[in-house]
Amino acid sequence: MNGLRTITAMAAALRAKEVTPRELAEQALASIDRTDDALNAYLARTEDRAYAQADEAARRLSSDPHAPLLCGVPIAVKDVLTLEGAPTTAGSKILEGFVPPYTGTAVGKLLAEGAVVVGKTNCDEFAMGSSNEHSAYGPVGNPWDTSRVPGGSSGGSAATVAARTVPMALGTDTGGSIRQPASLCGVVGFKPTYGRVSRYGLIAFASSLDQIGPFTTTVEDAAITYEAIAGADPMDSTTSSRPVEPVLDGLRAPISGMKLGVPKEYFSDGIEPGVREKVEKAIAVLQDTLGAQIVEVSLPSTDLALSVYYIIAPAECSSNLARFDGIRYGVRIQDGSLHASYRATRGTLFGPEVQRRIMLGTYVLSSGYYDAYYRRAQKVRTLIAQEFTSVFEQVDALICPTSPSVAFPKGAKSDPLSMYLLDALTIPVNLAGLPGISVPCGLADGLPVGLQVIGPRFADGRVLQIAHAYEQATEWHTAEPEIAQEVKG
Amino acid sequence: MTLTGAEIDHIAELARLQLTDESRERMVEQLSAILDHVARIQAVDLSSVSETMHMGEEVNRWRRDEVLPSLAVEAALANAPDSDGHYFKVEAIQEEQA
Repeated sequence: MNGLRTITAMAAALRAKEVTPRELAEQALASIDRTDDALNAYLARTEDRAYAQADEAARRLSSDPHAPLLCGVPIAVKDVLTLEGAPTTAGSKILEGFVPPYTGTAVGKLLAEGAVVVGKTNCDEFAMGSSNEHSAYGPVGNPWDTSRVPGGSSGGSAATVAARTVPMALGTDTGGSIRQPASLCGVVGFKPTYGRVSRYGLIAFASSLDQIGPFTTTVEDAAITYEAIAGADPMDSTTSSRPVEPVLDGLRAPISGMKLGVPKEYFSDGIEPGVREKVEKAIAVLQDTLGAQIVEVSLPSTDLALSVYYIIAPAECSSNLARFDGIRYGVRIQDGSLHASYRATRGTLFGPEVQRRIMLGTYVLSSGYYDAYYRRAQKVRTLIAQEFTSVFEQVDALICPTSPSVAFPKGAKSDPLSMYLLDALTIPVNLAGLPGISVPCGLADGLPVGLQVIGPRFADGRVLQIAHAYEQATEWHTAEPEIAQEVKG
Repeated sequence: MTLTGAEIDHIAELARLQLTDESRERMVEQLSAILDHVARIQAVDLSSVSETMHMGEEVNRWRRDEVLPSLAVEAALANAPDSDGHYFKVEAIQEEQA
């Protein structure tokens, strides 16, 4: 890729006329061709559309000196996000052949900036999973070791950015589905505050938790993307009407004197020693090199978050996925009567993890169990959010590991509960609607480890600022898997 | 707690999921294990805690009551497995009584 790895580098090269948008698109598509047998990161390539967009971007760059930074830059989009005319499956057989009639807001905003979409990325079916093994179209390989998982559910987006085929890919994060795969693939993954990015055109999993965000190789690129996609949207009434603060302006401000909380519950025995060691070193960098003040804090209800999540998320999933009935879109399996066809279609075409969550959600919402499960979970959710609020009266942000483990071998976690436990450190952030980011903070036995920074609601700029300061004080964001050398070509 | 096969059948019927014998067996085992895990919220004192019903701070979002362009019928029907004219077509809704 001419050594061009970032949005900022590509934007500069485009303006210096060292490269054209079409060449960047061609290189991205060629590098996908070279790597995707090993990675399986893509469910669809949008080649023709990409070249048309690239040519349009070239015209814009030549006539508009203020063209946005993303103009002419190749990007990829998780397959739960709609792009008009491009096949969208959400990683499910039930949507095989579905071609959305409209483009979602976040993707539409990137297109309006001139970004060039080269493909739709693989993911766990309907974004339900932590390893990408629940995609109906096969698992994604981790670029650092293709026998291992990339994390999930946005595994394809994480893998393609880690392999340096595109500088940015959009993902979605319901319980950690951006931050955890970013951690396991050694890239930056940012989940904005709930309500900052419109969910219009995102195939819903759990509407009170879902949020769209970017995978990038640098924090600056994440900030650029965030500024492009954030903002109120009449098509999503849960978007906030607060004005979006410009995050790029404050990105380079020093963080000395900032109070950073280390929540002791996030350093339990379940954290792998290699992960703990790298995160502790990162905390030392924040303190000794960058002058932040480190304070131990407590979030006592942390161990309840997983339970709350696995009640609320399946409940919302069972409701949201009721729309997949084989009537208006997707695939239908006829079985003699309407009722029988519903059962056959859903029972045959939803994969095991999706069926499990629909069953669990239906159960906790069913008569007789609603109060004991769903209503109680909604109350504990309040407790968890309140604990964050009171901790943020003492500190500016929190720092902790993103994932308790590094990337594990495909097939290693066959029991659903053991897979769910991998999200223990990311889930509380979704329950409280907070912004969170994962930045690379080292390699443990050759596999990436991520540092998570969590901020108060709407402090997206501060989270990016802290992550950027850490990134610039270390070299970890420049570490690339071998497969990225192939991409360089 | 252990869910019974009959409970699994009842939930599957509510969710319109046709389960194979094998997946029914697995559901009994796996859902029971997950429910055992999440049961820890039962012990928390929540007498003075209110529910989080939504994540937003907005109250009402108003817009003008005016007709805006929306999806054309052809586009809305383009993905349907079966359609007839301007309609989605489904199988018989009423079943014959034996």
